[in-house]
Amino acid sequence: MAKASARAAGASRSTARRAKRPQMDLFEDKATPPVVGATPEEAAAPAARPAPARRATAESMAQKQREISVSEFFVKNRHLLGFDNPSKALLTTIKEAVDNSLDACEEAGILPELTLEVHDLALEARRPQDAELTKGEGRFLVVVQDNGPGIVKAQVPKIFGKLLYGSKFHRLKQSRGQQGIGISAAAMYGQLTTGKPIRVTSRVGRKKDAHVFEIQLDTRKNEPVVTHDEALSEWHQEHGTRVELEIVANWQQGQRFVNRYVEHTALANPHATIHYTRPVGAAQRENADRPGNETLSFPRATTELPKEAVEIKPHPHGVELGALMLMAQESKSRDVSGFLQSAFSRVSAGAAADILSHVPWGRKAVKPRQLAENRAMAEALHKAIGETKLMSPPTNCLSPIGDELMRKGLVSFLTVIESEGDEEEGAQLDLDSAGMKSKRAPRAEKAARAEKGKGKGKAEAAAPAPEPVPDAPAEEGVEKIKGHNYFIATVTRSPKVYRGNPFQVEVGLAYGGSWPADKTIELFRFANRVPLLFQRGACGITEGIVKTDWRNYLLSQPKNSLPVGPMALLVHIASVWVPFTSESKEAVAHYPDILKEIQLAAQECGRKLATFIRKRKAEDYQAERRSIFERYIEEVAIAIGKITRRQPGPIKREFLKVAHKVTAAEMAEEEKAALEKGEDEARPAKGKAARGKDQPSPKAKRRARAADEAEEE
Amino acid sequence: MAPRKDAISKKTVAKIEKLAESVLKTVQGGKNPFLDIPVRSLANVTWSDKRRLVELGGQKQKRYFFNVSMAKKFMQTFLVSEACKELIDSGKTTSIRDLYYVTKHTIGDTRQNTFEDQDESDPIIEDLEVTMDSLREELHLFAARKGSMVGPVTIVDTGDTIDLRRMGSGGWSVPSIVEENVITFRKHEAKYVLLIEKDAVWTRFNEDKFWKRNSCIIVQGGGQPPRGVRRLVQRLHRELKLPVYVLVDNDPWGFYIYSVMKQGSINLAYESMRMAVPDARFVGLSSFDKDKYKIPTNVAIKMDDGDNNRAKQMLAYPWFKHARWQNEIQEMVKSGQKYELEALSRRGISFITEEYLPKKLKDKDWLE
Ligand SMILES: Nc1ncnc2c1ncn2[C@@H]1O[C@H](COP(=O)(O)OP(=O)(O)O)[C@@H](O)[C@H]1O
Ligand SMILES: [Mg+2]
Repeated sequence: MAKASARAAGASRSTARRAKRPQMDLFEDKATPPVVGATPEEAAAPAARPAPARRATAESMAQKQREISVSEFFVKNRHLLGFDNPSKALLTTIKEAVDNSLDACEEAGILPELTLEVHDLALEARRPQDAELTKGEGRFLVVVQDNGPGIVKAQVPKIFGKLLYGSKFHRLKQSRGQQGIGISAAAMYGQLTTGKPIRVTSRVGRKKDAHVFEIQLDTRKNEPVVTHDEALSEWHQEHGTRVELEIVANWQQGQRFVNRYVEHTALANPHATIHYTRPVGAAQRENADRPGNETLSFPRATTELPKEAVEIKPHPHGVELGALMLMAQESKSRDVSGFLQSAFSRVSAGAAADILSHVPWGRKAVKPRQLAENRAMAEALHKAIGETKLMSPPTNCLSPIGDELMRKGLVSFLTVIESEGDEEEGAQLDLDSAGMKSKRAPRAEKAARAEKGKGKGKAEAAAPAPEPVPDAPAEEGVEKIKGHNYFIATVTRSPKVYRGNPFQVEVGLAYGGSWPADKTIELFRFANRVPLLFQRGACGITEGIVKTDWRNYLLSQPKNSLPVGPMALLVHIASVWVPFTSESKEAVAHYPDILKEIQLAAQECGRKLATFIRKRKAEDYQAERRSIFERYIEEVAIAIGKITRRQPGPIKREFLKVAHKVTAAEMAEEEKAALEKGEDEARPAKGKAARGKDQPSPKAKRRARAADEAEEE
Repeated sequence: MAPRKDAISKKTVAKIEKLAESVLKTVQGGKNPFLDIPVRSLANVTWSDKRRLVELGGQKQKRYFFNVSMAKKFMQTFLVSEACKELIDSGKTTSIRDLYYVTKHTIGDTRQNTFEDQDESDPIIEDLEVTMDSLREELHLFAARKGSMVGPVTIVDTGDTIDLRRMGSGGWSVPSIVEENVITFRKHEAKYVLLIEKDAVWTRFNEDKFWKRNSCIIVQGGGQPPRGVRRLVQRLHRELKLPVYVLVDNDPWGFYIYSVMKQGSINLAYESMRMAVPDARFVGLSSFDKDKYKIPTNVAIKMDDGDNNRAKQMLAYPWFKHARWQNEIQEMVKSGQKYELEALSRRGISFITEEYLPKKLKDKDWLE
């Protein structure tokens, strides 16, 4: 573990530094002056000349003024898209491709079967038996393949070779991608760092040929350039898409992000099967005849597809003035009433009339186009919309994970975590044992409460006495995973609206097991089923959880911090439009409506937790006192037997009989009396009794959080 | 062994058996068994003006077995009882440290021990003493011996005649059991007993042959005197009619040692009758000696918080209510300084034996 976290710390430092000075993050080899569109020489020239009265004229400047293409803009600002450095770029590339595959499968109603491969090209080029992982930056091949609907031939070049081209931007429907920037940005990053085009194979059906493309991106024009185009008569899948990208990446530092991303994606998408192939060096290799890489599989936990998210029209309450004018411009309706009814959801003829009764020109026949040209009129309408009560937007556009699947996802996630190997053995990563479960015996069992078994052995001698400590029946909400008991609770809130956008919050928690009791909880953030791995501190989800008073739910919580306790907390926001703080989609913006829902969901889940903890504490207390008496009865019976010259056996039985008679209430009564009388007597003994209680498992499962911490600390 | 001892042993064993039988009866009756233990804390200690002793009050505490906070101590009490019974049965005596080892073992298949350390077993022995109204000696137990004595007296210790005039530099070490069946007094020419707090100061008195010149017995108990020393001093006082003088440091701890010699301690209040010497006199070091004997202030030690608290507690003890004692303690608190006996050595190494104490005794400059 030590090694891994040291690596993470290294990653964190460089990431943080870059984040503060984004302009330094351009191509390190050609430092570019901050004049967009100017070549280095041009920008440097004026400064070199002896300063004249006027350095540039409007005319000379006009020569340099030209359009900036989005691709040019993002070449310079790639941190905005999550390509800050080679380790993060690796994750972002994988993420964009995997998110697209999951989106496409879901939209087509297909149970996703994904393959993700990361190849260390330098390692694979060397003799595999002794080849080591590339240290630091190097060339990597990322392959993502899905069994989705495929992409029609004509669309492929634009999807992969043009920024801001996609099917999801112009509609309101819950999906992972939304801006149409994702995969083409990854292609652009690959091209910039390796010069290699993106390679896409796609097939839309059994009757169609598969097609392979190699596509480059003309960043000046933001247009695709197809360098290779070939039809394949044979392909192993009836439909689906395979994307291959060569990029400069840093596996050493980036692997923990990737591992965590895959792990968490499986958690939030229990309907997906993911096969994950990743590089391994000679040192870590378990299997000599599988050199270079290893494959881990995450089988799906359910064959039930998530509820289909329906596309909706925007709700009037969420529209901004500019957008309203734009929509009016494009409207084909004859009048404003028709425009409102057709362009927005929840606007009936009645509602439209209601809105129009609030504007001075409401009675007149106004064409929507007029609104686009007359700002005052548009503003009046915008104001009127805000003042009119309307039905909330439809919520069938949302597809939450749901209580049951969240539970299933958590269980299979914890199963992977619990089968993790010996951490002391070396810097084993999260998933190391997932693919080799049989090899590493989980040592969890021995940590399970030993008390109970012991109680049994002792009771044998006392034949007439009932079983002193019966094995508790399986408790509600408790899942036994690899010998560890986890309490799992989930809450799915009903959909709500922020700025006219429907959204829904879900919270799931797994308490106990082998999570360490004295550390900050694990917070897993998700937006539209996509794990958010960075910028934990800047995220609205974190704020919602921090602002929840977890002390009410029997966890400790330092001021303005996440609670402390043996718990992992999953928070998912599903929305047609998740408000991220930036294009790299790492943190959710702090909308009060969203924060409130997160808090309400956390509270609801917290109440379930508190009930469980209270119950368990009471049970522990009973079991503890029982076992104390059992231990001492033996001793007392022997001593009294010797003093009175009797056999200890029958004495012991008499004591055990009383043990079951003396009720908890009686004991509490006597205890109280004892405390009142001789305080000094009761206290130290209490401390002793508490000793020897089951200690939290020493095996800290902290490594997962490292990704977030790496980013922030 | 003397027949008397057999009688006591029989009685003690009977008491232990009775304790066990009564517990057994309670359990057979389906009830939570308990021990009735007199409370040994300040709340249950009273000052008898008439007898001038600290006495144990009537408060008792029930120690139940089926009670999470009491179960272990209940169990421990029976482990100790059983071990003592075995000692008595076999006619052996052992130290309380030894008893700790005898009764200590791991409980079943746990990692817990019956006793974690001796601090756990010592109070159980005291509990047993008060509960059964038996002396430690009657349980065949003794504490680690501590304390030494010399003087013009001949004694018999388990049959050996010992002349305490010929004990060399170390003196005779006082055993922890000093009852009549062990120690008896023979010929003596002592006029009084001087109890000295510290071994080092006692050594000076012995080396200077103070006891020879002044015909007295000098005893030291290494700080708070153990039971053997206290019991022996009481016997010297009662049987040989010797007055007792106490010489301790001028600090709250020294005053407390005097107080224990005189009235008994809170913890062992049940044994005050056997150990206290209500007539014992405090000869020094007094808070006013620094002026009377010109002790320079640079040998004083600053009182700390613990000293001040202790002094305040003592101001409230009934046996320190006398105006002279209140003055004595208040002077110490007011000055904020305390003095060790050794501070007198500033006036000469034998100042304490040649000038200080003789003058004190001559002037009858003591407190009672
Ligand atoms: N694996 C795939 N299968 C089917 N369609 C895809 C796939 N990957 C991308 N697409 C299509 O390409 C579009 C652009 O993708 P992308 O650039 O990632 O933007 P976004 O996901 O934000 O819409 C998507 O909207 C989708 O229609
Ligand atoms: Mg996308």
